[in-house]
Amino acid sequence: MTSLLEVKGLVKSYSGVHAVRGVSFSLEAGEILALIGPNGAGKSTCFNMLNGQIRPNAGSIKLDGQEIVGLPPRTVWRRGVGRTFQITATFSSMTVRENVQVTLLSYHRRLWSGLGYAGAAYREEADALLSLVGMEQQADRPCGELAYGDLKRLELAVALANQPRLLLMDEPTAGMAPKERVELMRLTAEIARKKDIGVLFTEHDMDVVFEHADAVMVLNRGELIARGSPQEVRRDPHVQAIYLGEGLLYDAKHREEAVQ
Amino acid sequence: MDFLLIQALSGLASAASLFLVASGLSIIFGVTRIVNFAHGAFYMLGAYAAFTLTDRFAGPLGFWGGLLVASLAVAAVGALMEVVLLRRIYQAPELFQLLATFGVTLMVQDLVVLIWGPDDLMGPRAPGFTGAFSLFGRLVPTYDILLILLGPVVLGLLWLLFHRTRWGVLVRAATQDREMVSSLGVNQKWLFTSVFALGVFLAALGGALQIPRTTVTHYMDLSIIVEVFVVVVIGGLGSVTGAFVAAVLVSELNAFGILVLPKISMITVFLVMAVVLVVRPWGLFGKPDAAPRASAGISVRPWKPMSALERGGVALVVLLAALLPFVSGSYALSVGSEILVFVLFAASLHFMMTVGGLASFGHAAYFGLGAYGAAFAVTYFGVPMEAALVLGPVLGLVGAVLFGWFCVRLSGVYFAMLTLAFAQITWSIAFQWVEVTGGDNGILGIWPSAWASTPQGFYWLALGVVVVGVAVLRMLVFSPFGFGLRAARDSGLRAEAIGIDAKRTQWAAFVVAGTFAGIAGALFAFLKGSVFPETLAIPMSVDGLVMVLLGGIETVSGAVVGAVVYKALAIWLMSQTELSKLVLGGIIVLLVVAFPKGIVGFIEDWRHRRPPAPNGAGPEAMGIAKVEAAQ
Repeated sequence: MTSLLEVKGLVKSYSGVHAVRGVSFSLEAGEILALIGPNGAGKSTCFNMLNGQIRPNAGSIKLDGQEIVGLPPRTVWRRGVGRTFQITATFSSMTVRENVQVTLLSYHRRLWSGLGYAGAAYREEADALLSLVGMEQQADRPCGELAYGDLKRLELAVALANQPRLLLMDEPTAGMAPKERVELMRLTAEIARKKDIGVLFTEHDMDVVFEHADAVMVLNRGELIARGSPQEVRRDPHVQAIYLGEGLLYDAKHREEAVQ
Repeated sequence: MDFLLIQALSGLASAASLFLVASGLSIIFGVTRIVNFAHGAFYMLGAYAAFTLTDRFAGPLGFWGGLLVASLAVAAVGALMEVVLLRRIYQAPELFQLLATFGVTLMVQDLVVLIWGPDDLMGPRAPGFTGAFSLFGRLVPTYDILLILLGPVVLGLLWLLFHRTRWGVLVRAATQDREMVSSLGVNQKWLFTSVFALGVFLAALGGALQIPRTTVTHYMDLSIIVEVFVVVVIGGLGSVTGAFVAAVLVSELNAFGILVLPKISMITVFLVMAVVLVVRPWGLFGKPDAAPRASAGISVRPWKPMSALERGGVALVVLLAALLPFVSGSYALSVGSEILVFVLFAASLHFMMTVGGLASFGHAAYFGLGAYGAAFAVTYFGVPMEAALVLGPVLGLVGAVLFGWFCVRLSGVYFAMLTLAFAQITWSIAFQWVEVTGGDNGILGIWPSAWASTPQGFYWLALGVVVVGVAVLRMLVFSPFGFGLRAARDSGLRAEAIGIDAKRTQWAAFVVAGTFAGIAGALFAFLKGSVFPETLAIPMSVDGLVMVLLGGIETVSGAVVGAVVYKALAIWLMSQTELSKLVLGGIIVLLVVAFPKGIVGFIEDWRHRRPPAPNGAGPEAMGIAKVEAAQ
């Protein structure tokens, strides 16, 4: 059986600097996989290669067994890959609902039509997606005046509009309040399990990672140094030394002492 | 062989001035992010000022001192403009900055004629460089050799200035990151002013150095600015080295282009520019702009289709307009027809600018192509008006398909400059290809069919075409296509991530806008009964921009109001004053600084500031929603 996403030997270098060197992993449908690593580890580069924004120097990315390297982002999206951005990208001159409607129009390949009022198209579907992420109250608000956390939720609704099989979320909770973070990831996990969507996300908040991810990958200097369940990765001395640093070791020791 | 060498030397000599002006523009852009349209005006002022000074003070000291003093004086004028005008609009969208500096250009054009008169002036020869020497039996002016040597010298001096002085280091730092430099305690205001003054000095010096070679004219500003735009687009905005290389390239292409295609020499430059843009969209030595700013608008409020009441109001206005022939005379009707033509022209530009975020500085190209297309159809194929009104715009469409393909690869100021360059190329073809276009004499005898030949008949025809045209454009705004276009404008990144081919969508919008401009142009040809190169000239493009801005850049159909007000005002002004450019330029500057949202934008702001309706459908209801969402 083929995995939903099968990445092999992904390499990207910028004029001599090796941002990503030989990353391989796979992701199953319905699985929630976290990609963590210190700043500059190559997480965003990996993400941008997965959705076609950056072309890798070498390697293969297979979605359901089909090669997607070299395809532009819009084609990757058509194959069923939704994504959110580290810095939110939304259509600021439109209302919240219109943001979702234009995505639905694109999904149904109706954007080249010059007839009819687009604001009336796929209204119910758009509202359904918005209520899924808890944004139905704000459907008529201009997107430009939303709070940052709400923009992140809107991005999730937009990313879900094309019935994706794979969801890429680049720091989905950055800039959100701690309570909102947990809420958004709980919601994502729930949707992913229900619809059998594979989720790959990067995150700096370890609470979010360890609570919601089925598995965690650790990237350091462009190389994967560990992959396993949150518990395994948390205990991996290699990871602790390279990535988590002394502070957490100290913290863990303290906790053990406290238990004793 | 020797002839080619002479031609190459002459090209190199022309490159010197071009390099000076282009490097000034590039330096200013690098630090302030403003594309100074008035750069050509400063070039011209430099030439005029140098003419006056060298005319009064003879001798080597009088001449060389005169050039220097003239350039310094113009630089002081430039610094004044920076302090008085530009400091107010550094935060404004690029389009507004381009327009404001264009307003200054218009004002300078009239001022120059006021001060120095409309006639071409012949400056003195450079003392010590009046002769020529013989090369392979041909004469080369020694002044040309001086200019050829001057280019690299200035390049070297600029390099020393930027790499060996504290000021230069600050300028380079500010070019990379303005915020960082200001947070390090550097007084940005004066850094900007000094950079602007240096850039203007270079432009003025470029103009002053031209007086021994060519006559000083009051239209030398527009011809140089187009060439300079081409140079910086090829060389890369912000790069002095790029300006040098591109100036040499463009000048040589001009020198040899005349040999290959004497009639349309600009074509060679255009072809090279097109190739460069496809291979390196940010120019040979430029860097890709990390974060392009929004090219239009300040804060866009979500658009809604018209309510039933508003539709009724519009229908009433159209009905009243249709009744005009029963109450007014022929002159008013022909003015009315002209206003209608410009309503459609402005609406087509507005569609591209506001909905597509593509601020074109050369939209007149498609208006003019439509007009020439109609004229060709009548003159060469003998078709009646009805067919010509269809065939004419096809030429506008073809032009938009061709030029648009290149233009949508760029964004922001690069897009604006490239559209301008294409329009100017189209203009020069119309102007120079006398056998086909009649050149300066235009094409005459483009008369409407009998039923539309009376002022009333033509007015109704224009009204019908324009109402349908504006309605179609408005329908497109709210259609799925319009939504996709706005999506591509708001966030190219997100648009691509939801399956939208942003470039193709923008290209299509470019073609739509060009076609509707072509329809307006075809009507214009029949209204005037003739076609001249002016229909594709820069002032026509700028008229369109001012109409859009006046009506309100963020509105759905503000251009309609803007066109009516502006055209009526312009026709009235023309009859009242000789100095229409001065007044018009002043109006543009005032608009940009004081009323950036335009008439309709101003009204909408006012409507939204009114207290909310009692049924709760106002800002209060929104507040409740916000509280609920927060809980």
